[in-house]
Amino acid sequence: MLTNAAIEALVRDDEVHRDAYTSPEVFAHEMTHLFANTWVYVGHASQIAAVGDFITTTIGTAPVVMVRHTDQSIRVLHNRCPHKGTRVANDPCGNTGKFFRCPYHAWSFRTDGSIAAIPLPHGYNDTGFKQSEAAKGMTAVGAVHVYRDFVFARLSPHGISFDDYFGASLSSLDNMVDRSPVGKLEIAGGVLRYMHKCNWKMLVDNLTDTCHPMVAHESSAGTAVALGKTLPAMHPAVEIYAPFMSPYTFYEGMGIRVWPNGHGHTGVKGSIHSNYSTVPGYFEQMVAAYGEDRAKAILDENRHNTVYFPNMTMKGPIQALRIFKPIAADRTLVESWTFRLVDAPDQLLERTILYSRLINAPSSPVGHDDLEMYERAQDSLHSDANPWVNMQRLARPADSGPVVNGTSELQMRNQFQAWKHFMTVTP
Amino acid sequence: MIAATDLIAFVQHEARLIDEQRFEEWLALFTEDARYWMPLDPAQTDYKLHQSLYIEDPVLLRLRVERLKGAKTYSQKPKSRCHHLLQTPLVEQADHTAGRFQTWTPFHYVETRLDEQTLYAGWATHTLVLVDGALRIQLKRIDLVNPDSAFGSIQLFM
Repeated sequence: MLTNAAIEALVRDDEVHRDAYTSPEVFAHEMTHLFANTWVYVGHASQIAAVGDFITTTIGTAPVVMVRHTDQSIRVLHNRCPHKGTRVANDPCGNTGKFFRCPYHAWSFRTDGSIAAIPLPHGYNDTGFKQSEAAKGMTAVGAVHVYRDFVFARLSPHGISFDDYFGASLSSLDNMVDRSPVGKLEIAGGVLRYMHKCNWKMLVDNLTDTCHPMVAHESSAGTAVALGKTLPAMHPAVEIYAPFMSPYTFYEGMGIRVWPNGHGHTGVKGSIHSNYSTVPGYFEQMVAAYGEDRAKAILDENRHNTVYFPNMTMKGPIQALRIFKPIAADRTLVESWTFRLVDAPDQLLERTILYSRLINAPSSPVGHDDLEMYERAQDSLHSDANPWVNMQRLARPADSGPVVNGTSELQMRNQFQAWKHFMTVTP
Repeated sequence: MIAATDLIAFVQHEARLIDEQRFEEWLALFTEDARYWMPLDPAQTDYKLHQSLYIEDPVLLRLRVERLKGAKTYSQKPKSRCHHLLQTPLVEQADHTAGRFQTWTPFHYVETRLDEQTLYAGWATHTLVLVDGALRIQLKRIDLVNPDSAFGSIQLFM
């Protein structure tokens, strides 16, 4: 068990100790504290449209099931039988009807987690069972909040409220949802699952790291640019790859905005997503739905990556969301989800799917570029020569935010201040 | 006249070109409208509105081949190597009039880099057409036995 003082010693103003990335003990503390005290993305309401629909997932390393209860509300339960601990729902998704039934001893539970039936119930008469932990059934997580169909949960029953935790950062989610003419998204197209042998925070750090694309991705994006010059017409993949090779000045101008509690985003003034070709008919649909001024305002907001601390990120302009699921200090599962803008042209979903495959798939050259850097770091951080990871770029009073030069490492520092807080706070 | 043995030899030759990393010769096997497709779902019929692990036209295949050669391709320092083990392809369709053929080939594929070796298993379905009298790949569909599993980087070709 790490003391608060030991945790706090890992985070300096602009350096982070490598143990934050490599230590199994720190990782265990993250699971019991950071991932319990923060609001973590669980899933999307469109995945469980009907009563009894469920998905299984994790919050930190805790297995949970998100289910549509019989009263239509969304519940998030610990996916563990209160009897012997067996995982109750095992498929990635499905419909369980009105009850979950444990496959081991047939204990059954309503979709709010309460016990519906236990075989041979008289065997628990006069045992004090009603006062037991097991009698609580499949326990619900501490708190659930559904924001525009995005489901978040806090494992701890006490702590910061959803509104206080996310505050103005919800503007990024709003923009993604507003891009549908009817203000609604649906998960579509399947999920890409990419295993990373590195700490989950390396991926979070990378989201606002704008000094790496033109270097680490020269192999993929640079090759795409060179190949594009030999083609008779713009290829859809080149259109997506090419902006990665933008010069430093472009990324400096993009800007970074930070919010409290570790949230932030790149692309305050445009981004690599600003200049995609238009999809016929879409703008007209948006004008009809919102009026011209509002439609333009929605579509002119082209934020790049928004970090929803601790482990979710999204891209409004292309309706993509990634979750960095921590498995161990040196192992992270990256899930890439794509959304359909309800009532918008299919070409937008097609572009989203193309983007995720080109950039975030196990088969993606850009993914290969990044993962190589993370895995090299995960290994070489074991060097004792220098135990500190540097996050000092533009760490000076004149560049203190909330909106700063797009090559600043301010958001990385912001994340680690939030990390330190939620690792040590008493909920 | 294309015989079954020609089709089988073609599929085996294609795998050998990949294993020997003779990528220029390999790219030349594809038609201009070809696709190299690895679905994310075994029953998948659409690749536009449903995600795939790969759905590559010749431009994207060329991009990968050029990238593998690049001096700044750090994920290939050191380089990956690969190995195909094919079951004898079955000829599933042979339309001699149209010059169109389909083969089905169960395979094991190993990709290795540094001290790691990863085994993938699946079935390759080749749709082959005659172009100026020579067999060419119009579609290579690769169905992994576990396309929904989480994978690390897949850098070469199955």
